[in-house]
Amino acid sequence: MSADSPASVHGAEQAPYRPVFVGEAKARLQKLFEQYPTKQGCLLPALWMVQEARGWIPEEGIAEVAEQLGLTPAYVKGVVTFYTMYHTHPVGRHFIQVCTTSPCNICGAEEVVKALLAATGCGELGATSPDGRFTVIETECLGACGFPTPVLIDNDFVESITPERVSGLLQGYK
Amino acid sequence: MGYPFPSHAKETVLLSRYFGDAAARTYDGWVKRGGYEGLKKALGMTREAVIEEVKNSGLRGRGGAGFPTGLKWTFMPKSVGPGRAHYLVCNADESEPGTFKDREIMRWTPHGLIEGCAIAAYAIGAERIYIYIRGEFTEPWAIMARAVAEAVEAGALGRSVFGSGNRIEVVLHRGAGAYICGEETAMMNSIEGKRGNPRIKPPFPAQSGVFGMPTTVNNVETLAAVPSIMMRGAAWYKALCLSSPKSTGTKLWSVCGHVQRPGNYEVTMGTPMKDLIFEMAGGMRPGRKLKAVIPGGSSVPIMTAEEIEDCPLDYEGIAAKGSMLGSGGMIVMDDSTDLVYQIMRLARFYAHESCAQCTQCREGTAWTTRILERILAGQGRPEDLDLLLDLADNMTGKTICVLSDSCAAPVVSGIKKFPEEFEAYVRQRRRAASSGSAPALAARS
Repeated sequence: MSADSPASVHGAEQAPYRPVFVGEAKARLQKLFEQYPTKQGCLLPALWMVQEARGWIPEEGIAEVAEQLGLTPAYVKGVVTFYTMYHTHPVGRHFIQVCTTSPCNICGAEEVVKALLAATGCGELGATSPDGRFTVIETECLGACGFPTPVLIDNDFVESITPERVSGLLQGYK
Repeated sequence: MGYPFPSHAKETVLLSRYFGDAAARTYDGWVKRGGYEGLKKALGMTREAVIEEVKNSGLRGRGGAGFPTGLKWTFMPKSVGPGRAHYLVCNADESEPGTFKDREIMRWTPHGLIEGCAIAAYAIGAERIYIYIRGEFTEPWAIMARAVAEAVEAGALGRSVFGSGNRIEVVLHRGAGAYICGEETAMMNSIEGKRGNPRIKPPFPAQSGVFGMPTTVNNVETLAAVPSIMMRGAAWYKALCLSSPKSTGTKLWSVCGHVQRPGNYEVTMGTPMKDLIFEMAGGMRPGRKLKAVIPGGSSVPIMTAEEIEDCPLDYEGIAAKGSMLGSGGMIVMDDSTDLVYQIMRLARFYAHESCAQCTQCREGTAWTTRILERILAGQGRPEDLDLLLDLADNMTGKTICVLSDSCAAPVVSGIKKFPEEFEAYVRQRRRAASSGSAPALAARS
């Protein structure tokens, strides 16, 4: 994962696909090859690179990764669909994950979800707001159970969110 | 310390001493606090002596299984053959509901973890360490990446660690949202660029692990405890014990749920559970009574308020009460909790996270969830509770990994220990639950 924030590409499915693994990104991938004894070992990091650059992992991204690592697109797709953090369709410019597993659930996480769905205009889980700004999903345990409710917005991990804190939280994300 | 709260007098702070101290995050800051001395000392010993020291300390795996760490290291082949690289994998995929200790170790004392990893790698003859960090842990990732770069710069990692001639490298590997990858063989598949399906054992990781090579997988907290064992010795660590001699050292307890001061508390093995919940974590909110505790992460059986009365916090003490120490993720629930709803949420968690390889798990976790959902909707059938128990029996001990068993544990213990709550739903005495914060139940004796 690089320090760059995930690119905002809502609606990118209409634009022609631009390959990710050129120039500096290609060099980064070459460097990754040194960290694993097989090229396939670089599959998860390579998929992260595509998602960071394009906001999600389109079919062309799968094909590109497959070619770089000497795998078949079908194999890569099988891996992409196993892991819930890889997006197989475009999402809002800011992707919001809210923990609703038991420890947070008993501390009111479902109220935080309701407040987020209302404040973002997403309306329902998994949907993108009409302005393309947000997508909200429930996620299983974020590993910060002592700070209910943790919310992950893009790469920003925020603790102790209550329904009251929701509108303030969203202000920094345009 | 009970981060984010100040240390409590009953804590023994070893791993958590520098939680909240940002200066301890840097290489120089860590060295000033005595860091990397344990690694230097280990490098001056033979590999066998390092393993022997850890073995004698009594340190056991803190990720859930509680397997003796030193003994695990002895399973690795003695010598590194040509083309047979050894690997250490550090399990930082912390995703067991209720557990949030490894996150704090990585956030505050990244060099402590790197030092522990390097000592373990030296002991098992590994030149490369993969630290598998769950994808959601963006902040720990950034802190660990910085710390690894600093350690390389300072010669604590690299081609010749502190000039000893031993090559030890760290590669951070980012997960992508899959609870099952916390299972060691699924984790190895994930590092290899595969779906995170657990593997059948044997072969065990020490024979054929990541990339088919001898591998040891240890949890973050386990490895973070190793430097001080090197520095202060096995006897000192072993003496940190208040009850069972088979449980030594300190344990970080992630206390969450309905307590007044949720946080990570570090105590000597054998400390009373009651002290942790009622003194350190501040007990229940005013006017509330304790109903149930899941002591070791969501995969272990639920305990009743009566059962925690005289339960020591160690592997044997909790096992004697029919539960497990697990990962030390303690979920505390007061009398406002709708247990049937929360058990359904846990079942749904396991159904969501099942890798779907084994029929018992793929079908069982989903079926369990559906039955619980219909019970909650007021459509429970009289035979449903027996069906859930029968299903749980078919989900226990019959699959490649223990995810399916983990789904069964809260269901079985919930039905056995709180039957009235389930029966009340089945008899439709209570209105269908619409949320986890359902109206408080009448206090139970």
